[in-house]
Order: sequence, then structure tokens, then C-alpha cells
Amino acid sequence: MTMTVTTYQKVVSHLHLENVKYLFSGMFFGVILVKSEVLSWYRIQEMFRFQSFHMYGVIGSAIAVGALSIWLIKRYNVKTIHGDPITFTPKARTWPRYILGGTLFGLGWAMTGACPGPMAALLGTGASVFLVVMISAILGTRVYGMIMHKLPH
Amino acid sequence: MLELLRQPWPWYIAGPLIGLMIPLLLIMGNRHFGISANLRHICAMLPNHSEFFHYDWKKESWNLVFLVGIIVGGALSVSLLASPEPLTVAASTAQDLQSLNVTVDGGYMPTAIYSWAGLFTLKGFILMVVGGFLVGFGARYAGGCTSGHAIMGLSELQLPSLVAVLGFFAGGLLMTHFILPLILKL
Repeated sequence: MTMTVTTYQKVVSHLHLENVKYLFSGMFFGVILVKSEVLSWYRIQEMFRFQSFHMYGVIGSAIAVGALSIWLIKRYNVKTIHGDPITFTPKARTWPRYILGGTLFGLGWAMTGACPGPMAALLGTGASVFLVVMISAILGTRVYGMIMHKLPH
Repeated sequence: MLELLRQPWPWYIAGPLIGLMIPLLLIMGNRHFGISANLRHICAMLPNHSEFFHYDWKKESWNLVFLVGIIVGGALSVSLLASPEPLTVAASTAQDLQSLNVTVDGGYMPTAIYSWAGLFTLKGFILMVVGGFLVGFGARYAGGCTSGHAIMGLSELQLPSLVAVLGFFAGGLLMTHFILPLILKL
């Protein structure tokens, strides 16, 4: 039995199959983004105009389930399928980066109508112009990396 | 069953499913839900001179594979699970948008603006290229996007994530109510 497991793990790691499970997870997430219509520019407009509960319901119930899951993982000291511990890292408590970066992100979110996940899902649905939006986002990240030392964090 | 899946999914189905991504990724390999870090990994892959991009991005390859999965999932949704009806919007939103000369056309976005033809208009260029830039810049500056801060960070009850999410909304409200009407007039 032990030998079978070891052999299996060797094959998996040799073929770089560890990541296959993340491919399927991503597909699952992509389907949810499309079918719940949260990737729609119109749904983002409804949200920022407070004219529909939909986006608030999606984000709110996602957080509720996420928070309950994390509480259970911590409470019962749940391990990964490989037996490794599950860890959480507290984020640094310096505020300008969250206020300023968050606001800049929000401005862009309302302009494109899509955050990074929905951008990718939209690409998949055939809205190929979102490749340009994504390249711009990569460029934005690159410029941040170049000038970050001059910004307040 | 397939007919049911083809309908738009209500928030109380979609939201909890998104929430389940968190324990799924944690239990599969202690991976933390987040999308925008991929933009950094892509920068790290490309030639660059910034120390911020000098790290072993291959150790984060799961995240890039996850991103590819989202694209595939988007393609599968429209080919296998396409909604039988055009997308509908709250009547008040449709009315507000109409007053800004934006028509609800049944798609995911107004294609007059968000299309290759729209890219070569001033407003389309600003909304997609400048907007995309701000998403990428702001997400890394804030240390995460909607998935990393709003979903994962708030689920961890992290105060910095709450501040970031309030920033997301401050920026979104400012754009929607004050700046977007001006851009749409261009």
C-alpha cells in the first residue's frame, strides 16, 4: 500500500500533475462567474448604484461560507490532503496602501466592469477585447513594481 | 438538470459555491484564494528590472493554472451552459444607463463600448486601457483584489482587507457617480 502511494506520488510529480486539480478548480470558478453573471459590467453598475441585491448577496454569502470554513479548519486543525498544516498569515497593518491602492482598484473596477477573475472568464466567453484589458492590468502591475518605493505604504 | 443549470444562477447558489473555493484550495494544498497575484507572476516571467518581480514564480504556478482554468470555465459556460434568455438588468439601472446613452443589449456588457471597435474610440480606450491599468496597479498596491481581499481576506476577518474593500467601494462609487458620466460623454 505504502509503495503504491509512493509510486503514485512519483508519477504525479514527474508529470507535474499536482496542478491539474487547480485547473479543474479554476474551471469551476469560471463557470460560477459566468452563470451568476457577476462578470457582467451591468451587474457591477447595479451594485455601485445600489439598485440590485444580487452582487451583495453573492459576495456576502461567499464570505459567510468562507469564514465558516476557515473557522472549522482552525477549530479542528484540518490538514491538507498531503497531511501538511494549513496556515494563515496576518496582513501587514500599515494603512495607506489599502486606502490608496484600494481606491485606485475601485476606480478601475467601475471602468472595466470586471476585476481580474471576471476578466479571465470574459476572455473565455469570447470577449477577446478583454485581452487588451488584461495586458493593461499586467502593465499596471509592472509599473507599480517599478515605482513602489516612492509610494506611501 | 441541464436546463436548470443553463438558467442564470441566483446569488444564494453562486455565493456559497464561491465561498467553498476557499476550503477547497486550502485543503488541496494550503493555497490561498486570490487572482491578481497572477499579474505579478506574469511580470516575473517577463524580462524586468524590478526587485519586486525577482522571485521564483514557478513555485506559484498553481495560481497561473487556476487562472487558465477560469478562462476554460468561461468558454465551457457559453458553449455548454448558455442561458436561453438575454441578460436582464434592474429597471432603475437600465433607466440610469439610458440617460447616459448606454443601452442594455442583452449581453454581458455594452458592446458598443467594450469591443474591438469600441477600443478605437476615446471613451472605449479610456475605460478599457486606463481602467485595466488601474485594476492592475491598484490590486498590487493594495495587496489583493476582490478575491484576495473581499472574499479571502474578509473570511479570515483581516482588518486590512476590510479597509481595502472600503477603498474598492470608495473608488467604484466615485467612478460610477461622478467620473463615468463624464467619460461616457466623450
